[in-house]
Amino acid sequence: MNTSTRVMRLPMLLGGLLLWAAQLPVAFAMPGIQHWVTDNGARVYYVQAPELPMVDVNITFAAGSVRDDGQAGLAHMTSTLLDMGAAGLSANEIASRVESLGAELTTGSARDMAWVKLRSLSDGAHLQPALTLFADVINSPDFNKSDFKRERERTLVAIRRSEQSPGTVAGYTFFNQTYGDHPYAPRPSGTIESIAAIKLGELKKFYARYYVARNAVVSIVGDLDRKAAEQLVDQVIGKLPAGERAAAVPPVPQLKSAQQQRIFHPSAQTHVRMGAPGMHRGDPDYFPLYVGNHVLGGGGLVSRLHNEVREKRGLSYSVNSYFSPMEQDGPYLLSLQTRNDQVDEALSVMRDTLQKFLDKGPTEDELVASKKNITGGFPLRIASNSNILDYLNVIGFYDLPLDYLEVFNDRVMAVTREQIVDAFQRRVKPETMTTIIVGGDD
Amino acid sequence: MRSLLASGLLLLGQFAQAAGVVHEYQLDNGLKLIVREDHRAPVVVSQVWYKVGASYEHDGITGVSHVLEHMMFKGTDDYPAGEFSRIISENGGSENAFTSKDYTAYFQRLEKSRLPVSFELESDRMRNLHLLDKEFDKEINVVMEERRLRTDDKPTALTYEQFTATAFMSSSVRIPTIGWMNDLQNMELSDLQHWYERWYAPNNAVVVVVGDVDPEAVYKLAKQYFGSLKPEEIVPPKPRIEPEQKGRRDVTVRAPAEVPYTIMGYKAPVLATAELDWEPYALEVLANILDGGSSARLTRDLVRGSQIATSAGAGYDLYDRQAGLFLLDGTPAGEHGVAEVQQALFEQVQSLKDEPVSAEELERVKSAVVANAVYELDSTFYQAMKIGQLETAGLDWRLADKYVERINAVTAEQLQTVAKKYLVEEALTVAVLDPLPMETGQAEHTASNGGGHEH
Repeated sequence: MNTSTRVMRLPMLLGGLLLWAAQLPVAFAMPGIQHWVTDNGARVYYVQAPELPMVDVNITFAAGSVRDDGQAGLAHMTSTLLDMGAAGLSANEIASRVESLGAELTTGSARDMAWVKLRSLSDGAHLQPALTLFADVINSPDFNKSDFKRERERTLVAIRRSEQSPGTVAGYTFFNQTYGDHPYAPRPSGTIESIAAIKLGELKKFYARYYVARNAVVSIVGDLDRKAAEQLVDQVIGKLPAGERAAAVPPVPQLKSAQQQRIFHPSAQTHVRMGAPGMHRGDPDYFPLYVGNHVLGGGGLVSRLHNEVREKRGLSYSVNSYFSPMEQDGPYLLSLQTRNDQVDEALSVMRDTLQKFLDKGPTEDELVASKKNITGGFPLRIASNSNILDYLNVIGFYDLPLDYLEVFNDRVMAVTREQIVDAFQRRVKPETMTTIIVGGDD
Repeated sequence: MRSLLASGLLLLGQFAQAAGVVHEYQLDNGLKLIVREDHRAPVVVSQVWYKVGASYEHDGITGVSHVLEHMMFKGTDDYPAGEFSRIISENGGSENAFTSKDYTAYFQRLEKSRLPVSFELESDRMRNLHLLDKEFDKEINVVMEERRLRTDDKPTALTYEQFTATAFMSSSVRIPTIGWMNDLQNMELSDLQHWYERWYAPNNAVVVVVGDVDPEAVYKLAKQYFGSLKPEEIVPPKPRIEPEQKGRRDVTVRAPAEVPYTIMGYKAPVLATAELDWEPYALEVLANILDGGSSARLTRDLVRGSQIATSAGAGYDLYDRQAGLFLLDGTPAGEHGVAEVQQALFEQVQSLKDEPVSAEELERVKSAVVANAVYELDSTFYQAMKIGQLETAGLDWRLADKYVERINAVTAEQLQTVAKKYLVEEALTVAVLDPLPMETGQAEHTASNGGGHEH
């Protein structure tokens, strides 16, 4: 296929591209995903990738801050303590052994989930001892009092430091205001007050309830065969109690009116976050909303918001909009930041741009351009082991179909202008959006 | 331990050879092309690196390299403003650009058959940029917003900027890449025009391509698109070697903040300037002994041991173009102040001079370096970055492949030697972020229809 030399002159570019777009869905190989469920109920997703002598494993639990139950920061503290002492090994011993193997072991948490990840060389001399440590951290965290006190203090300082950032303040205030009483509302890291009030015993209870096999999704990508992958899973979580899968996250109530909050901050810029609950994983409107938003504010340097706010007016360095689909409706969020005295102008451009998009939707040309970017860029999104690992985790955690990646481009291509207009008008309502403005002008 | 390191090295040796075949070419006009094959996925990353960045600048025009990077998206006669990004986007690409002390680089990630799109557009803007006042007037405001976002409203970034400008009086290492605000406010289109004419030419550029490509085909393509571009006479920047520091320097930054912070640095050579070429590798290992993961000394001793700090780190960049700093920083915990954190960091430095690093610690650092060299192969972008970074620092890209070997050759004695030689008070600069109270609070809360939620 040597269309390349013709592609370069602009008038001929479009012809060449249409040809390409039609060919793309079959032009590259999809990772073959294997899936099984362990005896104790963990869901496993595995892709063999023999090209590099390494293995990535991600074990994700439905143990995010949505399970905090009024004690903001509980999920975060539990996750943080996992590798700070386990199976009688101290935090220093765990870190030192892991790093002596050249392995990387990390923990983390967000609203829906908490995870433990391992990256290791794939030969037995490295992988086996790394898996032993990985299993210790997941199965036998010690929750020592001294480690708890220290990590609580570190979290408090991190929270205080985050108050220095107007963008961070705007971000968590947006969630607080938009989600009200829903468990998505509080900050996953907690607040000064909530962290100070958490007791060690509550971490142990949280761990016992949520770090169980039926609540776990295991994703594996790397240089090991199916049998080795099964052994790995058995070694790491075979002895984890089956337990129970966490209850479904409650649906997010829709906002019924707009609200706006201005917070003073001693900064040169004012940060704006505007939005509302958007959509969830597996949402029937996922593709029209995703493709439509690519035109409006998701398409990087070529989106309408970027063009109106930055290219035409020079008002903001970064301006965008995106849906964060979660188990229940994650936010649809429009963001920018600008010099304090320009915030009213920038906000009004952002609102006008959104309203125009809602009224008329994308043009046919814009829709074609966005589809080309999304489908043409698909190979990039599954190019590395770490990319694939992330996809496996999303597919597994949110119960998406195994052929999610295979049909992705077809689903994008099938979206019509009318579907986008319809989905946006039903799902995106400026008259009920939350607007948070954090900055230096009062 | 030794057998583990040995088996890791063996693995790396086998795979690095298979995964990383590199080809280097030079066009008649001086453009250098470096192609690394990676056939794992049908994608390609294409990067154009120019040997120009903040360290090439002088007072009055600081930030000009970065502003020019922004303006490179503002059009040529063939592809007017916006066309570059539109075409890359329609080809499924992702793109961006970045500026540093020593380089300005532009990249696209594309499905492999689209590489010609990148070459066509990049070769066009290498020589044919059409700088227009109406675009500049808007974009300079965008850059000032970027400065506010990255530096002015970030107390630690602000501290780092003043710290660097204190540590260096003459060397252009002192210049912040984003530029001083006043220089941005007084920048003119003619500054950019001169800068573009002076540095943007094929003989001052390195094109790096990594991905599922045939190197000879890429070479042919490069000749086709870049081959006819006219070279320029490039006058290299003056050396601007920093005069020897004669004693400790201190700087305090008072800014609205919640948490105090300290950063300090000792003048240190880099690979491009070192008289003894093992020294930068020893300094690199030293930084890893202090801060190469959660088991390294600073986290082990300051964060988990004495619990004086909630975080502490060390840093050193051996691939810079000019001599730089060996850095240490920390954030105090609880009732502890920055003075205690500084004291603890100084004690760490002293112990590196007094006691040889244990065999176990050294092995741990080396094992991590070997494993990392494998992990890095998972990212074509990172592989290309390494090559471009070395080339623009005036170093040979082959040094990247020697990295593991050189790190492995470092001995405990050498660590002690570089600690004693470079981590000395005469060459020390210390900065403190001294928080001013932050007045914050809700200014206004409006809700139509009484606000609230439907339940």
